[in-house]
Amino acid sequence: MSGIFSSSIGRKFAMALSAFFLMVFILQHFIINFLSVVSPNAFNEVSHFMGTFWVIQYLLQPVLIFGVIFHFIMGFVLEIKNNSARQVSYAKNNGAANSSWMSRNMIWSGGFILVFLIIHFIDFWIPEINTKYIVGDMSGLIDPSATDSGFRYYEELVHKFEPIWRVALYCLGFVFLALHLLHGFDSAFQSVGANNKYTKGLKGFGKFYAIVIPLGFIFIALFHHFSH
Amino acid sequence: MNLTLKIWRQKNANDKGKMVDYPISDVSPDMSFLEMLDVLNESLVEKGEEPVAFDHDCREGICGMCSLYINGEAHGPDRGVTTCQLHMRMFNDGDTIYIEPFRAKAFPVIKDLIVDRGAFDRIQHAGGFISVNTSGNTIDANAIPINKEDADTAFEAATCIGCGACVATCKNSSAMLFVGAKVSQFALLPQGKVEATDRVLNMVKQMDEEGFGNCTNTGACEVECPKGISLEHIARMNREYLTASLKG
Repeated sequence: MSGIFSSSIGRKFAMALSAFFLMVFILQHFIINFLSVVSPNAFNEVSHFMGTFWVIQYLLQPVLIFGVIFHFIMGFVLEIKNNSARQVSYAKNNGAANSSWMSRNMIWSGGFILVFLIIHFIDFWIPEINTKYIVGDMSGLIDPSATDSGFRYYEELVHKFEPIWRVALYCLGFVFLALHLLHGFDSAFQSVGANNKYTKGLKGFGKFYAIVIPLGFIFIALFHHFSH
Repeated sequence: MNLTLKIWRQKNANDKGKMVDYPISDVSPDMSFLEMLDVLNESLVEKGEEPVAFDHDCREGICGMCSLYINGEAHGPDRGVTTCQLHMRMFNDGDTIYIEPFRAKAFPVIKDLIVDRGAFDRIQHAGGFISVNTSGNTIDANAIPINKEDADTAFEAATCIGCGACVATCKNSSAMLFVGAKVSQFALLPQGKVEATDRVLNMVKQMDEEGFGNCTNTGACEVECPKGISLEHIARMNREYLTASLKG
């Protein structure tokens, strides 16, 4: 068992495990966000639960942050190692003849997603952590002194998507997420050794997931921008 | 056909090397690519110039000796063939053709288009074999019944000729299709199961030590492999490796 994660296959396996975790996280994030379209009250209730339940806040949130950081760092480390495996480049290389653009440019789509995530954290996560753990307001209310003021989450979401530049930026981020997932989804299964009679169906589902989830996020951003 | 060849020329392993242009005329579309290079070399020798060094042996697509990165693809633009089976009819009159050696840190250039693929031999030595008694007590391989599907898949893996097109094509210079095929070839058969754990651990260790990159599942190797070795063999190697790591 020792040394497994220092081997090429072990690193692929670790990368795939963090990818599975992040894909599940993205799905639950999408489901909760979609609630904001169908029921602002339900969105507020679920957001308050997610933001205050100790298991999520103190156990799952640190695991998520570790997973995100691990996936990015490992991705960049692998890219540097892989680049060093060919010291002289080809004068002519026809990559498009044998592989998809997405598969050859995961580092770029991933890099843009990292930039988007930093912006997303500045927009939502850091203000949330500030309100709860620096200011000390765990009530989740618009006006903490008025218990009947209602939860603030839906109001904050709508407010964030008022400027068109932010909506455009988020849409661009989701396009890069789609490009990353179009290769990443079934690549993760291949890395853990799952390539069998179900692979064809899995690839189809992967394409569905990679397009529908980012499109859904784009829809939510556009919905809140144009309906308020 | 009249063509312009852009060929990588490098005097020896220490030379920096460069692309050199060679115009060539009256090329028959029925020539193989290597025959076209033979014609070029004859003209270079007649002119007193150093001929282009390139690897070749059987010229029947089975030995794995020929290589060449032609117009940005390992073994050129045709599918399921090695360079020796590539014909000039795949090109058009007036084309410019780039001819380069297989590039990877683990495949250093020896001269011109010849690279040292000894790394593959060392990976094979690390575990690409089975230990059987061959000193008078040999057991007939056919005495052990083997599931037809497993036998076919093992045979498919065994068709890998170790040419290195997978490494040359992969953007990461990964050797996982080659090693995956060599691991699968034995992992599926009862004769190979005895040493299965050590085999995969040792071969992957050697592969990593040789300086090949990590597979990122682009699938380019499968497309360019002249024998059509499937990515399934990489997945099988991954399973074998993870299981072996847990055991050992």
